[in-house]
Amino acid sequence: MECVFGLVGKDFAIVVADSSAVHSILVHKTNEDKIMLLDSHKLMGASGETGDRAQFTEYIQKNVALYQFRNGIPLTTAATANFTRGELATALRKNPYMVNIILAGYDKEGPSLYFVDYIASLHKLDKAAFGYGSYFALSMMDRHYHRDMTVEEAVNLVDKVIMEIRSRLVVAPPNFVIKIVDKDGAREYAWRESIKDAPVIAS
Amino acid sequence: MMKIDFSGLAASAPLCGNTDELNNEISTGQKFELPIADDFDGFQREAVQMVKPAKGTTTLAFIFKEGVMVAADSRASMGGYISSQSVKKIIEINPYMLGTMAGGAADCQFWHRNLGIKCRLHELANKRRISVTGASKLLANILYSYRGMGLSVGTMIAGWDETGPGLYYVDSEGGRLKGTRFSVGSGSPYAYGVLDSGYRFDMSVEEGAELARRAIYHATFRDGASGGVASVYHVGPNGWKKLSGDDVGELHYMYYPVEPASVEQEMTEVSGS
Repeated sequence: MECVFGLVGKDFAIVVADSSAVHSILVHKTNEDKIMLLDSHKLMGASGETGDRAQFTEYIQKNVALYQFRNGIPLTTAATANFTRGELATALRKNPYMVNIILAGYDKEGPSLYFVDYIASLHKLDKAAFGYGSYFALSMMDRHYHRDMTVEEAVNLVDKVIMEIRSRLVVAPPNFVIKIVDKDGAREYAWRESIKDAPVIAS
Repeated sequence: MMKIDFSGLAASAPLCGNTDELNNEISTGQKFELPIADDFDGFQREAVQMVKPAKGTTTLAFIFKEGVMVAADSRASMGGYISSQSVKKIIEINPYMLGTMAGGAADCQFWHRNLGIKCRLHELANKRRISVTGASKLLANILYSYRGMGLSVGTMIAGWDETGPGLYYVDSEGGRLKGTRFSVGSGSPYAYGVLDSGYRFDMSVEEGAELARRAIYHATFRDGASGGVASVYHVGPNGWKKLSGDDVGELHYMYYPVEPASVEQEMTEVSGS
């Protein structure tokens, strides 16, 4: 089952997602990247149906880029979150997208994190989690989180949560990807792998 | 719907004023837990079917040093009836790209043909071949736009383009995965087992073909919905080439030849007296 969680630190936001692509009992891939870079300072971690997840996050990514081309300035994180929620809400009663999203970004307001549900609920939060892993992540984050955590403290907490998911969840995903966004931009921070997939080597 | 008659198991022991805990349990009559299901006999079959991947077939593909190896069986089944043992499940999209078929035969054939047309149009419009990434994205977008309408396609797009060998898994739910080893179909767990344990990146073409053939054979042995002929194709820098098409029945006796039974004691005629 897919696990996505994230939290806001002192001048950064961090998003973590598992990286298994699963089909019924088969694991097709263990290094699937589910956190998409929307633009230079935004991350969108998503979980849900495979097709919807990839297609919807790409749709949001392209629309964010389009806004920047048309208007010369990038969207704020709040505007992006509201746009995403609006798209989910419009499609909800016709052709719903089964995706849960954690959007993290850094703009002039500083770092922020938004939780967008598959039924288009939107919340601005300091910490959020989706999936079966959320049962462990939420309480652990509630216990150990405090305002203005440093990157080291946040990554320590993330590692604790990952270890807890691995040891307590019955079908725990083996690998996780951690991405961070701060004033210098959005980037991949680290992978936490317990199973190595053969990398795709271009000849 | 059959219902098991439990009247015979009703408490036959007389109720006695016994304060002994252990005896109390025994005296209330036999009972055992039953699954909460209407169809008691069928629910277990349903549970197994739910977990088994649908799409009665076995197809696989993997990237290795020499390119991409693609293999598939050739059985078409309608429930318990084998409708054909000679279905072409590896579809030639163009001379350097292959697609595999799993799911609805008509859906796969039509949309692969359609993809071939779109790839050719791209070549004519852009004066260069389409990449495997691009071709798989075209197909994934088309299938995504039909999601929820009952298309059943589980395909792999394998090819060789400017960036080297490429392999993508695309299905009718709109999923698209880039990877190095995939197997699709009801026989895929069996094929994965053999494929994963025997895979090395630096295999030769012959070793790769043998691994693919063996994985298909083992899947057809265990999965009832897979069988017929194991076809193996190789995609190299100059395009694809069909390497072999062996009947899995013959492969069985090739891998497990029948030993003549050793005779322990021969019965000899008793010399009449």
